[in-house]
Amino acid sequence: MKVEEKLALNKFDVDKEVHITVNEEGCRDCELKPCLYACPADCFVLREDHITFSYEGCLECGSCQIACAKGAISWTYPRGGFGVCYQYG
Amino acid sequence: MDRFDAIVVGAGPAGCASALVMAKAGLKVLVFERGKYVGAKNMWGGAFFGPQINYLFPNFWEEAPVERLVTRHVISFLTGKGSVSVDFKSTDFGIPPYNGFILLRAKFDLWMAKQVEKAGAILATGLKVDDLLVEGEKVKGVKIGKEEFHSDVVILAEGANSLLTQKAGLRKEFSSEDIKQGVKEVIQLSRKTIEERFNLKGNEGVAMEFVGLCTRGLPGGGFLYTNKESLSLGVVAQLSDLIKNRVKTLDLLEEFKTHPEIGKLIEGGQTVEYSAHLIPVAGLGMIPRLYRDGLLVTGDAGALLLGTGLILEGANFAIASGMAAAETVKMAKEREDFSQRTLSHYQQILKESFVLQDLETFKKAPKFLKNARIYHLYPELIVEMAEKIFRNNGEPRKGTFRMVREVLKGRISIWQLFSDVMKARKAI
Repeated sequence: MKVEEKLALNKFDVDKEVHITVNEEGCRDCELKPCLYACPADCFVLREDHITFSYEGCLECGSCQIACAKGAISWTYPRGGFGVCYQYG
Repeated sequence: MDRFDAIVVGAGPAGCASALVMAKAGLKVLVFERGKYVGAKNMWGGAFFGPQINYLFPNFWEEAPVERLVTRHVISFLTGKGSVSVDFKSTDFGIPPYNGFILLRAKFDLWMAKQVEKAGAILATGLKVDDLLVEGEKVKGVKIGKEEFHSDVVILAEGANSLLTQKAGLRKEFSSEDIKQGVKEVIQLSRKTIEERFNLKGNEGVAMEFVGLCTRGLPGGGFLYTNKESLSLGVVAQLSDLIKNRVKTLDLLEEFKTHPEIGKLIEGGQTVEYSAHLIPVAGLGMIPRLYRDGLLVTGDAGALLLGTGLILEGANFAIASGMAAAETVKMAKEREDFSQRTLSHYQQILKESFVLQDLETFKKAPKFLKNARIYHLYPELIVEMAEKIFRNNGEPRKGTFRMVREVLKGRISIWQLFSDVMKARKAI
C-alpha cells in the first residue's frame, strides 16, 4: 500500500497557513538527510539533489524537527481545528 | 475576561483526569484542545491497563466505548523462518473490574471529555494554546493568538511532543535517541472473523507484541490489538535507528503486513486509517521539571510512561499524574498559594505512587532495551532452537542441551549471553 493511499484514508482539514517550514539553505549541505527517514508520512521527498516538502499529509508527530541536525525545520502544530482528524486513533 | 482557577492544555487522558477531579471539587476549570474535536489528534497502540480509569469513572465499561477486554497476551519472536510465542490466556482478566481495555482513542477520549464537561469544566476545542502567559517567574495563564486567558495555575497535558513544556524552560530539546516513533493502521474486519481468527468470545480481546523481523532487527517491535470490528496493527522503532539505518517506519509496517504470520491475521481486512505518534522512551532521565510557579506538567508531556519490553503503559500514568496534579491544585487553592513550593507537592504524590516508583524500579530498562541482540540475534536463536527441537530428519537425536550449544556456537559466547541475562535481571 502506497503512502498516498494510506493518507487518503485519513480525514484532514488542511490549513492554508503552513505549520512547518524548511530552510532549504540548511538542506543543501546536509548529507544524511534524516528527514527522509524520520517522517512517517513521506512529507519530505528528495528530487534530484534537493529536498521538497509538503505539509498537507503531516500526521503532526514532530519527528522531523527532532531528526534534523541542521536546525533547518521550524515546527509548530497547525492552527486549532486544522490538520489531521483521527476517526479511530 | 473570566478568570479561571485552572487552565488545562490538552484533552487526552492526563488533561481529562485533572480537569475532572478539579471540576468535581468545585474549581473553575477551562480545558483547551487543539483538535477539532476531542480525540482528533490522539493516537496510541491500543490498550489501557490497571484500575486508573475506574477510579475516575466507576464501572466506565458499562457505558464507555470500550472495544474489547485484554484477556489474552501474546509475545512473539518473529523471524523469516518462523516464530516462537508466549501465549497467555487469563480467565481472571475477563472478570470485573478487569485488567486491560482495548480502546480507540478518538472514540474513548471524546467520551471522557463529555464526562469532564458534565462535571462542570468548560471545554474549548479547536483552539491551540500558542504560549504561556508569564509574569516575572510566575505562569499566569495562556495565550491563543493575541488573546489572553488568566488562571491561578496551568496544567500542561499537551502530549509527547511537548512544545509548551520546552518553551517553559522545563525540558531541553529532544534527542532522536530518546524518542521512538509509532505508526499504526486500523484494519477493518468483521466481528465474526476477528473472533474466529483470534479465538475470542464476546468481549474478549488480545494484545500482541512482536520482536525481531518486524523492525528488521532494530530496537522496537510490532503490535496488534483486536478491536470490536477492526485490528490495530503497528510498528514502533527508535528515531535514531531509523535515521542511522535509512529505514522508514512506513516501510517496516508494510513489510510487517506481508509477513506470513501477520498476513494471515489481517487477510481480507480493509485499512481505514493510518496514524503516527512519538513516544518518549528514555525513562527517568528524560523527565522534565514537572512544576514551576503556576505550572504543572502531566502525562506524556512529563515523559511519564513505562516501557520494559514486556510492559508498555502510558495512559494509566497519564491519568494518575493528571489526578495527582488536580489534588495538588486543590491543596494550593485552599492555601491560596500557587508557588512552586506548594506545587512541589505534585512530585511528592507521584513519588508515593506507582508513577515514579515504577520508573525507578525499571530505570535500567531504557538502556537495556537498546541492546540490538534482543531484536536481531535472540529471535533467530530462539526460532532456530525450536526448529531443531521439533524437526525430525530421520537421524539419531541429540540431547536438548547439546543442541542448544550447537545453535549458540559461533553466534554468541556463553559469557555474552550470561551478561545479557544478568542485565535483563536488573532492568526488567
